[in-house]
Amino acid sequence: MRVSLAGWLFAAPALVIIAVFFFLPVLGALALSLTDFDLYALADLRNLRFVGLDNYWQLMQSRDFWRALANTSYFVALGVPLSLLASLGAALLVHSRLTRWPALFRTAFFAPVVTTLVAVALVWRYLLHTRYGLLNWALGALGVHPVDWLGDPRWAMPAIILFAVWKNFGFNMIIFIAALQAIPQDLYEAARLDGAGPWQEFSRVTLPTLRPTMALVAILTVAGYFQLFAEPYVITEGGPLQSTVSVLYLMYEEGFKWWNLGGASAIAFLLFGVVVSVTALQMRVLRRIEAP
Amino acid sequence: MLPSRMPGGCAQLPPLLAVLLALLCCGCGPSSSSHRRSLTVWAMGQEGEVITQLLPEFARLHPDIEVRVQQLPWSAAHQKLLTAFAGDATPDLCQLGNSWIAEFVALEAIEPLEDRAGRSAVVQPADYFAGIWDTNVLGGHLYGVPWYVDTRLLFYRRDLLAQAGFAEPPRTWAEWSRMLTAIKAQVGPERYSVLLPLNEFEPLLVLALEESDPLLRDDDRFGNFRSAGFRRALGFYREAFVRGWAPPVANTQISNVWDELGNGYYSFYISGPWNIAEFRRRLPPERQDTWMTAPMPGPDGPGASLAGGSSLVVFRRSRHQEEAWLLLEFLSEPAVQRRFYELTGDLPPRRSSWSAPELAQNVYTRAFRQQLERVKPSPKVPQLERIVTEMRLVAERVVHGDLSVDAGAVELDHTVDAILAKRRWMLARGEPAP
Repeated sequence: MRVSLAGWLFAAPALVIIAVFFFLPVLGALALSLTDFDLYALADLRNLRFVGLDNYWQLMQSRDFWRALANTSYFVALGVPLSLLASLGAALLVHSRLTRWPALFRTAFFAPVVTTLVAVALVWRYLLHTRYGLLNWALGALGVHPVDWLGDPRWAMPAIILFAVWKNFGFNMIIFIAALQAIPQDLYEAARLDGAGPWQEFSRVTLPTLRPTMALVAILTVAGYFQLFAEPYVITEGGPLQSTVSVLYLMYEEGFKWWNLGGASAIAFLLFGVVVSVTALQMRVLRRIEAP
Repeated sequence: MLPSRMPGGCAQLPPLLAVLLALLCCGCGPSSSSHRRSLTVWAMGQEGEVITQLLPEFARLHPDIEVRVQQLPWSAAHQKLLTAFAGDATPDLCQLGNSWIAEFVALEAIEPLEDRAGRSAVVQPADYFAGIWDTNVLGGHLYGVPWYVDTRLLFYRRDLLAQAGFAEPPRTWAEWSRMLTAIKAQVGPERYSVLLPLNEFEPLLVLALEESDPLLRDDDRFGNFRSAGFRRALGFYREAFVRGWAPPVANTQISNVWDELGNGYYSFYISGPWNIAEFRRRLPPERQDTWMTAPMPGPDGPGASLAGGSSLVVFRRSRHQEEAWLLLEFLSEPAVQRRFYELTGDLPPRRSSWSAPELAQNVYTRAFRQQLERVKPSPKVPQLERIVTEMRLVAERVVHGDLSVDAGAVELDHTVDAILAKRRWMLARGEPAP
């Protein structure tokens, strides 16, 4: 009893801070999502109406919301596997004993993660330029017609994915490198003694040992990629034809551009619901893979 | 240990009190002893930098008023003003984009100024361009005084137009269409005749304002985009892309709009007064006599354009409204406005300020002078920016062929009616708010 009281007392400062700065705002936002808080309500609270689930109902019927969710899902579905592959590939290359100056490559691959997004996004806008861009110039050398990366609704999201993967793969690469370094060498030695080739070493030793790390990285990346915002905000402003409007971008516009905080909170909670369900699903699938 | 310390602690109390008292006196000292009145002014972007250069003169005239200028970047200004309103920290005098005025009137954040303007010897409504002045008048009250004006008109390549066989810029849409067709025929498939960036609402808004049908109807309760006028404007806009006059791009895809006009990638560009200085600075000397400005052509005769720019407003919660008005009057004097033009290139809103030689004899601003007599306010509702953004999005879909002009107009009315729903509810309750 006494011990548990002491425990609570020690935990109290942190709990109070979490309650005040996390749970209260979340509850406030939940309440806000049930109202039509807007500019008029900011002027005079008497203009605030309780609308129940109307904001959610409106969103369910809104073409903009479904398109934003579709855009975001497209980004996640293509971006996450690409990002994981790039991270793992880079980690294997940097970790390989054949690589010279691994520290140099590690730093170079990690550099995009720590650069300012806005600055590199501007550079990418030039790389992706239809007429003067390096990317189209390279494609042209291969005989491919110029792609209107940021002007064609079919190509804008792939361009954003390319950029986001380039910007983020270094972070997961570091985690993978750490995990690779933690694999005991005797496992490989044992495998080699049993006559395993390089591919078998990779698929029978490296991959299974990396699995917990993979699970962690996949879950973190999915949750992060669902919150796509800054890339389209800087590069395309949601265009062309709204093809790069993500859920978070829609929320930002609704809340901070049009000042419809009620609607914006509802979007935030829907996104929260989506991320939680997808993560729960992932955990379940991963657990089932691990279990047998 | 503790008891022995107690007396010492008690003995220290009086000095502590003295310190507290001293602090209190310091806190209230300056305001009670000095008669200087302080005035907080917020201004955005370049204007925020330049206004400080005009202030020494004001300080000479009013040595008892201390002006504190805070500069806001345009990109954060709107957000910051709303936050300041919510946090009860609004400035005394503020520069406000005139399309934001309805919003701040809805918040009841800014003070009506018609009484002060009526008594003023400096601010004379008749001297201001009517369309610009009108953007500040809501429900019979004056909420701001125009500081500088902004409108959109044609920047064009004189030489390319002459090559296509036209000596004068267009006056009507029909003439303009002929020119756009002729130029496109000359420059071939790789180049265009006009730039209408798909991520800007202004070009289409200008075309829509040129029609006599208003954009909203029934006291701005509903969208009026199904009107014949708007459909004509949207039809003309669509035609520009369908017939290859305009490249279907956003201006984030044009790496440099000035160079591209210089290169002849397009010959017409609808833009605003700040670009006069940009074209002068960015085009090489040998290209300088190839570009010119012209008023907007209209459906049948010289066209209207939008009435943009910034106004000076006095916040309702300000305790220095008298001083704020004095500074507002000072900044509205023609002589000060001319100096302001020299410093910024921002065009003055008063006709008398335009008699200055540097404006009257400038060949590039001449078209703006003519256009300013024909500017039209956009609907004065707080939701304006959202409405014109929706208009742009629908126009983009029409250009891409996803929607016909008529279907686009119907969809736009539907969206805008939903945006205005709360406004209708407010009006039905008998609220006087806009």
